[in-house]
Amino acid sequence: MRIGLFVTCLVDALYPEVGKATVQLLERLGHDVEFPETQTCCGQMHINTGYQSQAIPLIARHTDAFEGCDVVVAPSGSCVGSVRHQHSAVARRAGDHDLARRSEAIAAKTFELSELLIDVLGIEDVGASYPHRVTYHPTCHSLRLLRVGDKPLSLLRYVRGIDLVALPDADQCCGFGGTFALKNADTSAAMLADKMTHILETRADVVTAGDSSCLMHMAGGMTRLEVDCRTVHLAEILASTEPAA
Amino acid sequence: MTATFLGMPRVAPRGVGALRGEQSFPAAARQALADDQLRRNLGHATFTIRAKRAAVVAEVEDWEELRLAGEAIKTATMARLDEHLERLEKSVQSRGGVVHWARDAREANQIVTELVQATGESEVIKVKSMATQEIGLNEALADAGIAAYETDLAELIVQLGHDKPSHILVPAIHRNRSEIRDIFLREMGDVDPSLSDDPAALAETARRHLRAKFLSAKVAVSGVNFAIAETGTCLVVESEGNGRMCLTLPDTLITVMGIEKVLPTWQDLEVFLQLLPRSSTGERMNPYTSAWTGVTPGDGPRAFHLVLVDNGRTAVLSDEIGRAALNCIRCSACLNVCPVYERVGGHAYGSIYPGPIGAVLSPQLTGVEDNASLPYASSLCGACFDACPVRIDIPNLLVNLRAQHVEAYAEQHRLPSAEAIAMAAASWAMSEPTRFVRGERLGRVGRLLGRKGRIRRLPPPMSAWSRARDAPLPPSETFRDWWVRTRGGTPGETPGGTREGTAGDAPGTRGDT
Repeated sequence: MRIGLFVTCLVDALYPEVGKATVQLLERLGHDVEFPETQTCCGQMHINTGYQSQAIPLIARHTDAFEGCDVVVAPSGSCVGSVRHQHSAVARRAGDHDLARRSEAIAAKTFELSELLIDVLGIEDVGASYPHRVTYHPTCHSLRLLRVGDKPLSLLRYVRGIDLVALPDADQCCGFGGTFALKNADTSAAMLADKMTHILETRADVVTAGDSSCLMHMAGGMTRLEVDCRTVHLAEILASTEPAA
Repeated sequence: MTATFLGMPRVAPRGVGALRGEQSFPAAARQALADDQLRRNLGHATFTIRAKRAAVVAEVEDWEELRLAGEAIKTATMARLDEHLERLEKSVQSRGGVVHWARDAREANQIVTELVQATGESEVIKVKSMATQEIGLNEALADAGIAAYETDLAELIVQLGHDKPSHILVPAIHRNRSEIRDIFLREMGDVDPSLSDDPAALAETARRHLRAKFLSAKVAVSGVNFAIAETGTCLVVESEGNGRMCLTLPDTLITVMGIEKVLPTWQDLEVFLQLLPRSSTGERMNPYTSAWTGVTPGDGPRAFHLVLVDNGRTAVLSDEIGRAALNCIRCSACLNVCPVYERVGGHAYGSIYPGPIGAVLSPQLTGVEDNASLPYASSLCGACFDACPVRIDIPNLLVNLRAQHVEAYAEQHRLPSAEAIAMAAASWAMSEPTRFVRGERLGRVGRLLGRKGRIRRLPPPMSAWSRARDAPLPPSETFRDWWVRTRGGTPGETPGGTREGTAGDAPGTRGDT
């Protein structure tokens, strides 16, 4: 199956290793990955900050870029959430019914990584090995917009050598929320502080999640406090073949 | 037949009622976050009530179907709201009640004030009611020399404390029991100074204080949880029984209801009387459900007035997406699960309607310019939607309101805001791959700001981020550049990557050291 990689602008610009891991994982599983190079950004930041008309060119760009793919995958619940739940509605509100219809077709074949692996490719054991103590934070949009449920945990449980520990109050938001982190920085930081407290309670070496944006937020708090825990994207763990120590 | 355009429906007027705060949400939130006692009280209370709700919701097998039914009934009712209201009016009249229509808070306050004055009384007792809080009825009555006594225990605490409610269901949630004891000792006058902060002792003290009012008051004011159009029956659900005292003992009962509270039939109640108590107090059933239909000679009040209040609701109804906010049954489940509410409390929202539902309801009732910071008071985590018993998609409503706010600002100002300029620039840069790539390369200057793989201080407007958080250092090679380097192709020119070259770098290593 030829899988189109929707790498997301954040991963492209700031976390390229997440994109590389996604490619390597899917190739290891025997699939062809293509990267439509005309992709830029899905426009979620514009939509969620109120700039819907400025999001229209981005939705059009995204739709053009992925129309030729059989199936599309992104290492992000949030960006897939925007494609699936916002694009056609925003296009329709702007009166662009053609774009709305086309973006619905893209939405129907776009999957978050754990969805693609389990629901489309039917695989839970991806052959990974990652000998570290790991806790998993389910990001809000993967949990409540996409309803991925336990899929990421099902994948992680098959990883060799992993010491998977439960995160207390896992389903609580980390406080990122896109421009919320800037517009309501104090509240956002208070939410982050509680999330970090729970992460540290697990004594995990690594906190993982399916969204680089939420991980960026948590990492920003953890390196500021210089705590002994780092963030690693789910795709990187699933791509890892690091042998047990 | 000719059509006359009557203009767009009016929003709730300024200068009356409790729908507008004095400061923006971020400013009020900052103050609230600095109050450790408040955060402890809120954290404890919301945690407890969340757990109770989760337990009683889990035991209902068809909870999701009930939510769908609640949503469907409310949506259908709102679609023919005018017809249901006229039917309600006729039903109430046929049972001896008097119906008044109030366009806004000011008209509603005036109607109630005149009704009380006509009785010759200067005191009223009140059943807990959001609608009367919304229109500022107590203040309007006070201006006319009429004292209004709250009889709901939590509302009494708020009133005696010269305070404002901070939660829809638990208005004194920001107070702990020792603070409540202090308020009772200070304000009630005839309280034993050795009063403990034991909840039972506090409740007994309030009971004695209120009983005198119940026995002497001639006029009561209430709201409703539901009003049934087919029979003209009003209902109040409560936990304490104080509401029932107010509804049965006085001679005159004046009920103030927002027009969205109407339900067509008794059958509809079956759904909501299951959804509401489990969602609000986390109980299978609330202790008291009082229903009354007009007046019944020899039983209860001899005069009944129903005041139907619009106060911006028709304006909300005119918005295709936003109108879902009118489906709210005021259970407050969304407050209890909201990570923002849990940390800042209800006062930060300014309006009497706090939390996620307040963030979508208040700006619509007042017009978004008067509560412009509320649609942004959410991380869009979606916990509110999952908890909502009538499935109001609050995140979607918030996003819709943000768009309306941005568009209204652009219409009213000749110069765009700094944010609008940044957003337009970002849209321009990201809508073409060549410009996007140039932007990414430009972003690499960020590497100059950091060391040890992170940036500790960002320039404005990003400085709000770096007050509490580091920012990542941009990598020396973007994903796109890596793809082109290892797989061929030219950034921004050929759509669709080709698969030449090898598997590339190992995952988990960053090319930025």
